[in-house]
Amino acid sequence: MRVALFITCVNDTLFPGTGQAVVTLLRRLGCDVEFPRAQTCCGQMHVNTGYPEEGTRLARHFVDVFAGYDAVVAPSGSCAAMVREQYPRLARATTPSFAGEVAEMVPKVHDLSEFLVDVLGVTDVGAYFPHRVTYHPTCHSLRGLHLGDRPTRLLEQVRGLELVPLPGAEECCGFGGTFAVKNPAISAAMCGDKVRNVTSTGAEVLCAADNSCLMHIGGTLTRQRAGVRIMHLAEILATTEATR
Amino acid sequence: MSGGNTFLGMPAFPRNAAAAVQDSQLRFNLRKATHTIRGKRASVVAELPDWAELRAAGKEIKDHTLRNLERYLLQMEEAVTAAGGHVHWAADAEEANRIVADLVKATGETSVVKVKSMATQEIGLNEALQAEGITAYETDLAELIVQLGDDWPSHILVPAIHRNRSEIREIFHDKMADWGRAAPEGLTDEPRALADAARLHLRERFLSTKVAVSGANFMIAETGTLVVLESEGNGRMCLTLPETLISVVGIEKLLPSWRDLEVFLQLLPRSSTGERMNPYTSTWTGAVEGQEFHLVLLDNGRTQVLADEVGRQALRCIRCSACLNVCPVYERAGGHAYGSVYPGPIGAILTPQLRGMGSALDASLPYASTLCGACFEACPVAIDIPEVLVHLRGKARHPRTERLGMRAAGWVFNRPARLARAQRLGGRFRRFVPGRLPGPLSAWTDTRDIPDIPAESFRDWWNRTDGGAR
Ligand code: SF4
Repeated sequence: MRVALFITCVNDTLFPGTGQAVVTLLRRLGCDVEFPRAQTCCGQMHVNTGYPEEGTRLARHFVDVFAGYDAVVAPSGSCAAMVREQYPRLARATTPSFAGEVAEMVPKVHDLSEFLVDVLGVTDVGAYFPHRVTYHPTCHSLRGLHLGDRPTRLLEQVRGLELVPLPGAEECCGFGGTFAVKNPAISAAMCGDKVRNVTSTGAEVLCAADNSCLMHIGGTLTRQRAGVRIMHLAEILATTEATR
Repeated sequence: MSGGNTFLGMPAFPRNAAAAVQDSQLRFNLRKATHTIRGKRASVVAELPDWAELRAAGKEIKDHTLRNLERYLLQMEEAVTAAGGHVHWAADAEEANRIVADLVKATGETSVVKVKSMATQEIGLNEALQAEGITAYETDLAELIVQLGDDWPSHILVPAIHRNRSEIREIFHDKMADWGRAAPEGLTDEPRALADAARLHLRERFLSTKVAVSGANFMIAETGTLVVLESEGNGRMCLTLPETLISVVGIEKLLPSWRDLEVFLQLLPRSSTGERMNPYTSTWTGAVEGQEFHLVLLDNGRTQVLADEVGRQALRCIRCSACLNVCPVYERAGGHAYGSVYPGPIGAILTPQLRGMGSALDASLPYASTLCGACFEACPVAIDIPEVLVHLRGKARHPRTERLGMRAAGWVFNRPARLARAQRLGGRFRRFVPGRLPGPLSAWTDTRDIPDIPAESFRDWWNRTDGGAR
């Protein structure tokens, strides 16, 4: 099976450690993961801010880059949801041939936890992380990809990890891409409530499968000196007794 | 007060919302109210094993009706006429208001009682009647609170959701006398006392007013029947007591047959009030003995919405307000920030379609969402609100700086080499990135830190180490 890593532009630029964790983890599970170097961005920011032409151009690029692989793994629920939900809509406005390429692409694109649980069929990835962790499911993972309890099933198998439930977990953190700067007051109010819920758990680490949301919540956590670290799911799953 | 025109000249959503979010009393009221209804809805929806099928059926029936709207509208007209009613067609708000005002004047009356109705608020009927010397009295408890308080509704179903008990007591105490029977001496803010005060005040009104104006939740084309669902029974008083009944109904409220109603009588109460069944369901067909009946079929932008392949799904809406109650943005911004009688997620997709995106406010509404998808999940007729929001954003005018920024980002993302160069540039100057960003980006750093920019991007790490092999 040819597995490609779709790192996503945010992880590539700001969170390379998440990408390295995915590589470590997948190799440990026996996957030979490739990184197609021509990849850039899925186009979500453009499409969701109201620039469908640019978004479609990036969608075409994405499909060109990843067409030859059996599986594409992205450590981001919202970018995977972008491909799955929005590419078919964008393609409908173009040509039938592109729509066909997209239809072929869509089932091959997976969020990390989906790939681990559904494709590789593992929930115990051999990780060790002796900390108190709470998990924020993120909207696009929850309501876009319907990941359900896949991420928490993975976390529950991590040795040493104490998973504490997050009150109001299903509520949006208020990031919403450019929403965070277009509607800063509401975005901050939502994040304030999210942070209050996070700190109420007494967790040392806030985990999610999307660094965009984590960047937003984490930026508020550090500004408030809340003493809670953020970590992408991949980084926790990649940690073992040997690597700590 | 609550009319379409009073929202003219309002600032864009972000400013209204920023002001509202500062009001801690409002935030407390809204949070409490929305979370209570949210919980009730979730538990009564979970009771039905066939909810997904009902939802799919609701969507399908509405889509079918909208595809064949002309046929069903003509059938409706024929059936109402055959049952002794009069049917009027109104292309826009002005025409609808004109028709209603003329009908009231023809009776010689100068006041009407009203059943809670979104369509008449949309067209600003109360204000239009006022201008003709006709006073419209709201009889729904929450609408009464809004009217007496000289206020705007802030929720589709619970228009006074932004008010708490003590505020309501004050409004009743201060204002009831100006509109009719005064509030009793020593009125407390006990729910029972408030309801009794409203009951006495309204009872006088029902018994003395000869003309009523209503909307309808559904119209059944097969028989020409109108349907109103309500909780209080005030609606039924209005519908049955007066000598003339005028109903103003949006053309998308049609259902083909009685059988279809079965689906919606399950979907609507559970989604709106979180009840298995609403207390009062009134149906009427044409005129009855002693009562003249007029139906005003209202377009007011709806056929234009119907022409948009993506946007038209908004016309499936049954105004249950489930999307408002689950929306994290609505919960914090409140209804007034949306500058329309349709607030919350449905307002964010309906208002810009009905009114166009010419004003700063209307153009900002499609952006009043994080696209979290809670509304779509709750919607009983499966309106994909995030899809329509994104679609409308694609049609909105964008600020110049944003356009330039997006074009630049597109240019960088179009070539991996450009992206790599931009990342290296960021990495080199990472120490110089200020903690507080300038311009529009300061909106980020006002409340959040920015992440540390890494010295090396993922792609550079991969290239340097051959994917970690070296
Ligand atoms: S959009 Fe859906 S959830 Fe919102 S009011 Fe309309 S029917 Fe209800």
